[in-house]
Amino acid sequence: MIFTLFSAPFVSGLLSFVIKRDKVRRALLAFTALAHLLLVSLVSSGPQTVSGWIGADALSQLFLFITSLLFLASSIYTIGYLSSHSQSESQDKRFSREAGFTGCLILFLSMMTLAIISQHISLFWVAIEATTLLSAPLICFQSSARSLEASWKYLLICSVGIAIALIGNIAMAVTCSFGEALKTFPMTFNELARHADLLQKDWLKIAFVFMLIGYGTKMGLAPMHTWLPDAHSESPSSVSALLSGALLNCAFLGILRTNIILNKAGLGDFSAKLLIFFGAASLLMASWFIVQQKDFKRLLAYSSIEHMGILAVAAGAGVNTYFGGMLHAVNHSLTKGMLFMVAGNILNIYKTKSSSDVRGLIRRAPLTGFLWIAGFLSICGVPPFGTFVSEITILTGLGRQHQWLILSLMLASLGVIFVGMSRIVIFMVYGESPLSDEEKGGQRIDYWTILPPLSLFVMILILGLWIPAPLKGLLDQATMILRGY
Amino acid sequence: MPLISLLTALILAPFLRSIINKVKAFFAGKQGPPLLQPYYDLYKLSRKGAVYSSVTSWVFRAGPVVALGTSVTALILMPTARISSLFQFQGDLLLFAYILGLGRFFTIAAAMDTGSSFEGMGASREALYSALAEPGLLLGLGGLGLITRSISLSAMYGGINVDFVLSRGLLPAFLFILVAFFIILLAENSRIPVDDPTTHLELTMIHEVMILDHCGVDLAMIEYAGALKIWLMGLLITGLIVPVFTTSLRGSLALSIVSLFLMAMLIGIIESIMARLKLIRIPRLMAVAFIFAAFWVIWVAG
Amino acid sequence: MMDQVLIAIVLLISIYMLGSSRLGGLVNAVAWQGLFLCLLAASVQKTNMPWHEWVLILLAIVVKALILPLLLKRALRETLVQREVEPQLGYSLSLFIGLLLLVGSIWTVWKLPLPPEIGNPMAVAIALFTLMVGLLLIVARTKAITQTIGYLTMENGIYVLGLTLAVGSPVVIEMGILLDVFVGVLVMGIMIFNINREFDHINTRHFTALKD
Repeated sequence: MIFTLFSAPFVSGLLSFVIKRDKVRRALLAFTALAHLLLVSLVSSGPQTVSGWIGADALSQLFLFITSLLFLASSIYTIGYLSSHSQSESQDKRFSREAGFTGCLILFLSMMTLAIISQHISLFWVAIEATTLLSAPLICFQSSARSLEASWKYLLICSVGIAIALIGNIAMAVTCSFGEALKTFPMTFNELARHADLLQKDWLKIAFVFMLIGYGTKMGLAPMHTWLPDAHSESPSSVSALLSGALLNCAFLGILRTNIILNKAGLGDFSAKLLIFFGAASLLMASWFIVQQKDFKRLLAYSSIEHMGILAVAAGAGVNTYFGGMLHAVNHSLTKGMLFMVAGNILNIYKTKSSSDVRGLIRRAPLTGFLWIAGFLSICGVPPFGTFVSEITILTGLGRQHQWLILSLMLASLGVIFVGMSRIVIFMVYGESPLSDEEKGGQRIDYWTILPPLSLFVMILILGLWIPAPLKGLLDQATMILRGY
Repeated sequence: MPLISLLTALILAPFLRSIINKVKAFFAGKQGPPLLQPYYDLYKLSRKGAVYSSVTSWVFRAGPVVALGTSVTALILMPTARISSLFQFQGDLLLFAYILGLGRFFTIAAAMDTGSSFEGMGASREALYSALAEPGLLLGLGGLGLITRSISLSAMYGGINVDFVLSRGLLPAFLFILVAFFIILLAENSRIPVDDPTTHLELTMIHEVMILDHCGVDLAMIEYAGALKIWLMGLLITGLIVPVFTTSLRGSLALSIVSLFLMAMLIGIIESIMARLKLIRIPRLMAVAFIFAAFWVIWVAG
Repeated sequence: MMDQVLIAIVLLISIYMLGSSRLGGLVNAVAWQGLFLCLLAASVQKTNMPWHEWVLILLAIVVKALILPLLLKRALRETLVQREVEPQLGYSLSLFIGLLLLVGSIWTVWKLPLPPEIGNPMAVAIALFTLMVGLLLIVARTKAITQTIGYLTMENGIYVLGLTLAVGSPVVIEMGILLDVFVGVLVMGIMIFNINREFDHINTRHFTALKD
């Protein structure tokens, strides 16, 4: 059962490399996304005890749901994107390019799934590195000079980052080589956490530092974030949505699981300090760059860095913030996925990424304009959206932990980001449209590209008002795992 | 015995040059000058009087004398493999290094004294490259002192034996230091690939241009000092190899001479098959020598 | 004795990589480095290795010393790049930084509490040093292909670090790691072709369109 979760997309990804007809391939993409969501629901209704290298505990199930939902939305969006773009280009060369794109996209899903359900530290590493390699071609799909530059930076920085995480893995293995009792057990997160007090403490610290830096690079924590704005702004919008909403979470999962081991070994203070440091650095860095941002896709990318910072803080601050952190991961992924898709639609209408050239969006394309402003409010944590609930939970959790410094820092940067973003977004949505009247008319609504963000919008709205019982149960169980039960 | 080895050095030193020249001639398919040519040259030059430019001072005349004097002094301090030097004390390796430096200083000063721009240029290059070679030499000797727990050249070179090299796993490290010292030898003696002793264009010269204005006895002294210096630097290298093969004093002397001759042949081969490096790349070569010496020290210490 | 010689050779190769100005030489160097590092890792194992680890090491040698360098050579030939490295840091400076890195690695290995069954701590230090040299190459050189070589060097170092610290993952996962490195360099190679086509060079110093 659990094997089909990643092997099914793997097979269908390989298949789509060889399928010649565009329509069939796109149908396969949608079908794979749907089937994956179904499989995820099936898996999460099964037993949750985990043994062996792969298995889906509550934490995995939560992230699986996020990834699968987002992939479904993004794949429908991708179909719209591909069909509107293939008309404008010559048929012979694009032929294989699109096959490669779709194939890599589905394989990317497969590897993200493998990363989420892998319990073995090295298997997790292999899967995360594979996601880097598979998503680099996705970023340079448009094959412009800028996207190649972005994609090279992404590939190199993330590969080096993940190589550093591999050092962390080696160090983690060394922690077990000091006692005879530890020599034989498999290097899974669970087993390590169970025997945490027997592990060699110095090497455990080393392992955590390297893994935090390594997976933190992939997650986009400052100051290792430099690839992130480039990759997110230059890739096709559906890919940006997946990178931001799903991939960053996968890397975060690695840090979370390592953190559990550290907590169990009594080194919780050490890991908390580091997590909070990197989280705070990300928050500050993001608010600085958001205020002076001129490119609306880069704006969203920096916002992702901000939210990864919040997640890192939530993971570091301790028991009271875990629930909020997990909820925030869900909210951020859905909102950011929606925002990137809407940004793609705006890009499609105005043909520019410069926010100062986009004006009067609400008259030009009312639905897109509405979604853009709603998404902006949601990402800034304004009620009644889900992000508000999760951010307030994290903040009160910080208050209960008496982490006043980081609490005020987070509030301050949230405020700065809200002001900085609203300045940009409001001018984009309202303001005088630079285009003439005849250009304004004739905007055909493309349902393929508007429905996915719309449905994501409905979801985050619901999450703001009411958390469904199954999700609540999942979140509670995930929180228990994080606390080390 | 120390006296004998010193005399051997004084007598046989110019012979190294004839070996180098013979090997180069062989590679060029030529007959080459007779083996005793350096001696003939020295004899001829020493019978000639010197001409001094009116703008030069006593520094110019002191240059060759100091050069020869320092070479001989350094040779007195330098052991020949296991044969300790004529004169030794703790810390004499520093005196050794500074004596060589003093000789170079006076050669450079004498070249500058002529006021010729060519000689000034050569002097500046010589100063730069020898400054780059110095740290490697001192570091290498320091490493040797570290393993033999001594800072006297004689004790350091006397402490090496076959067990020492093999049982402590120092063989690769010895290769590093040998290469480092050899590069330093080439640089200090102005051989290819650092400098070309046979070049005919002042612009490309380093050492030769500095001594253009010397003639007669002065030139003879400089040439002889140069020959002694090859011997001296050669001893730094052969002193590391010879003790591994023999412990007797007589054997040391014989083997040292043989290995010095072999080394001269190696220099000849290198000069035949390599071109001179671009001036701008010489610092990198010296950096490599320094780093090899550093490897040796790290290895010895670690 | 054997491992001492191998360590010396690996050191020489690293120094060559930092001081060399030729791209072709750099590719050859990374191939030899892969070979000798794998041999070093095999020679310092105290206990008798099970046969599948030998197979893994052989596989690693084939990938790292044969296939990937051939791939890089091809990239070099096809992109017709200038055969010079174009350093961000000068060669002599890189060499001295390399020396500091070596001292740093040895010092680190001294300080760390090592597991009891480690054969030769010096081999661990050398693995660490190789890793650092790889990082230095990535940072201090500007061409895309040099950065790829730096990445490969780094991976070589990490691979041997794992082997010398006597920690082995299960075979399947080791294969996965090797596969990832292989595909990584492959993707980088393909991207070098594309970058060359789009920019007419592969110098990342001109990657300045994206910044804040």
